[in-house]
Amino acid sequence: MNWVAWKMLTGNRGKYLAIIMGVTFGAFLIAQQASVFCGLMMLTTSQIKDIEGAEIWAMDKNMQYVDDIKPMSDNELWRVRGVEGVDWAVRLYKGITRARLEEGTFQQIIMIGLDDATMVGAPREIIVGSIDDLRRPDAVIMDEAGFRQLWPDEPFSAGKVFEMNDRRAVVVGVCKSRKTFMTFPIIYTRYSQAVSFVPMERKVLSFILANPKPDVSAEEVCRRIEAQTDLQAQTRAQFEWTTIWYYFRKTGIPFNFFTTVLLGFIVGAAICGQTFYMFTLENLKQFGALKAMGARNLQLVRMIMLQALTVGFIGFGLGIGSVAMLFGEFIMRRTDKLAFFMPWQVVAITGGSILVMVIFSALFSVWKVLRLEPAVVFKG
Amino acid sequence: MPATHDNPTSDRTVAVACRGVTKEFGDGNALVRALRGVDLDIYNGELSLLVGPSGCGKTTLLSVVCGILYPTAGSIHVFGTEITKLSSSKLVGFRGDNVGFVFQQFNLLPALTAVENVCVPLLLKGVPRRHALEKAYQMLEKVNLRDRADAPPSNLSGGQQQRVAIARALIREPRLMVCDEPTSALDARTGHTIMELLREISIEQSRAVVVVTHDPRVYEFGDRIATMEDGRVVGVEEQTPKPGPPPKTPSMVEESVAETS
Ligand SMILES: Nc1ncnc2c1ncn2[C@@H]1O[C@H](COP(=O)(O)OP(=O)(O)OP(=O)(O)O)[C@@H](O)[C@H]1O
Ligand SMILES: [Mg+2]
Repeated sequence: MNWVAWKMLTGNRGKYLAIIMGVTFGAFLIAQQASVFCGLMMLTTSQIKDIEGAEIWAMDKNMQYVDDIKPMSDNELWRVRGVEGVDWAVRLYKGITRARLEEGTFQQIIMIGLDDATMVGAPREIIVGSIDDLRRPDAVIMDEAGFRQLWPDEPFSAGKVFEMNDRRAVVVGVCKSRKTFMTFPIIYTRYSQAVSFVPMERKVLSFILANPKPDVSAEEVCRRIEAQTDLQAQTRAQFEWTTIWYYFRKTGIPFNFFTTVLLGFIVGAAICGQTFYMFTLENLKQFGALKAMGARNLQLVRMIMLQALTVGFIGFGLGIGSVAMLFGEFIMRRTDKLAFFMPWQVVAITGGSILVMVIFSALFSVWKVLRLEPAVVFKG
Repeated sequence: MPATHDNPTSDRTVAVACRGVTKEFGDGNALVRALRGVDLDIYNGELSLLVGPSGCGKTTLLSVVCGILYPTAGSIHVFGTEITKLSSSKLVGFRGDNVGFVFQQFNLLPALTAVENVCVPLLLKGVPRRHALEKAYQMLEKVNLRDRADAPPSNLSGGQQQRVAIARALIREPRLMVCDEPTSALDARTGHTIMELLREISIEQSRAVVVVTHDPRVYEFGDRIATMEDGRVVGVEEQTPKPGPPPKTPSMVEESVAETS
């Protein structure tokens, strides 16, 4: 009877395509919205991702996310270095400062100050210049997007000059960086240089980057740092999640967007459920005839489930596929404006929701068919 | 009375015996008493007609006789089995094994071809598709539609569709065949062809065939005409059916194929 179920489903090309389209659209909507949501949330962690080379981030214990800078005293660095299991620990400055361009305009800039000796956290992909250029006086490396923002229509080049805190800064290189939630340009410089680009303060140390010794896990070292100092310490991954959660809980952006994801989900699910349910209703008389002819309930349930799962699988595949193609490949390749990230969880959630939805609507249909009096076949 | 009866295949063994059958729908003010105590015997090897005005309960009687509705009271023996006592799941099996259905609206699955429709009852029983199709072609041969086997129902005339439905009803070789107004969606000539086919079927394997109709033009085909009124059988008349063409040479069928296809 599986074959009959398949025939019933595909017999009418037009209707079959319509059902598949319905489910595909549902899957598309869910996957697309969820991926954009994930992409958006990932933006919040860009600044952590871009600072590579250290597994552990130690910081003031009241800090809630990556941009919530609470400066520490330099002594903390020595304390962390003294913790058992810490292989090395270096300072990192991170802050927002104001740059004055040659034309006299001002621009907020995210400044990252790297440990002078080791340059831990330096950008990996340099387009113009090299990291070593940072050793020159007043040198900064600017990110690609920032350079374009400040000097549109100009080719990337070294030699641009601007002022911060009345001090001259020279762009010696351009690097790649991930998009962030904030759209400020990002500059990298030496730590000692960075503190001179901002007004004098008593405490300037933003983060301590550290690595565990080979025989200790990063989590364990984090625990030890927290036990032995007054700081909080997190692994990179933990810190990313902390930041994501902060945005999720404290800002309306993710939540509001989440409601549109939910809406996409509901609409998508409703479309896919509705189309399948309609399909069964249209076939009710046929199911009645099968019942009269001796079809057992279990056989009918299996037929409907088979139809539902077929539709679900095909629609899911097409939906996910078209989202991945259209957004992942086509649009992302052409613009960097789009926040889009489709981790396997999104695929799983989409698949799960489609499955739940088609099974749910199939159950509705099953209920309808099981309650059906076979005597309907005698009705004109 | 039995003297007038000259159907050689009627062995006058009872296929279906109804005693005091009642059927009520709904309750309270909306109570409908569709059957009010029906006593009726249906014999093997005969074509029995069930006639009467609209709403008198013909379809309801047919439904309880073939086991797709339980009566409210009374007993129904089909080939010796008291079907009103069967559980609904047993009844489904009983229907599949013993009853063939022909409907006014044919009720073929539009997505399947003629021959595929015919094999559905075998598929429901779990017969492999290859065997089922083989058998289905034979059945279509029997109703003279072998050459239209691969056509979808939508490409068949009404008469052809009804013959496909008959082939489907016959494929499990049921001993009882029930037909609700099998000719009323058809023109007079095609209706005749169908009735002749049904007669043949009843004679052929000594089947009991019950046909509900309110088309007087087909009365002549019945061995027995039971008249219903207001939920009761008010009279049973035996007759010598019109001596149609000799069985097994269905000339009318062929003629009609030529005309309708
Ligand atoms: N499922 C049902 N629920 C309620 N009432 C019903 C139902 N089925 C039939 N009836 C009623 O039972 C009575 C007999 O109906 P039935 O269909 O058996 O008549 P019929 O003789 O076949 O009529 P027709 O010639 O118009 O087909 C009618 O009054 C009808 O309205
Ligand atoms: Mg009726």
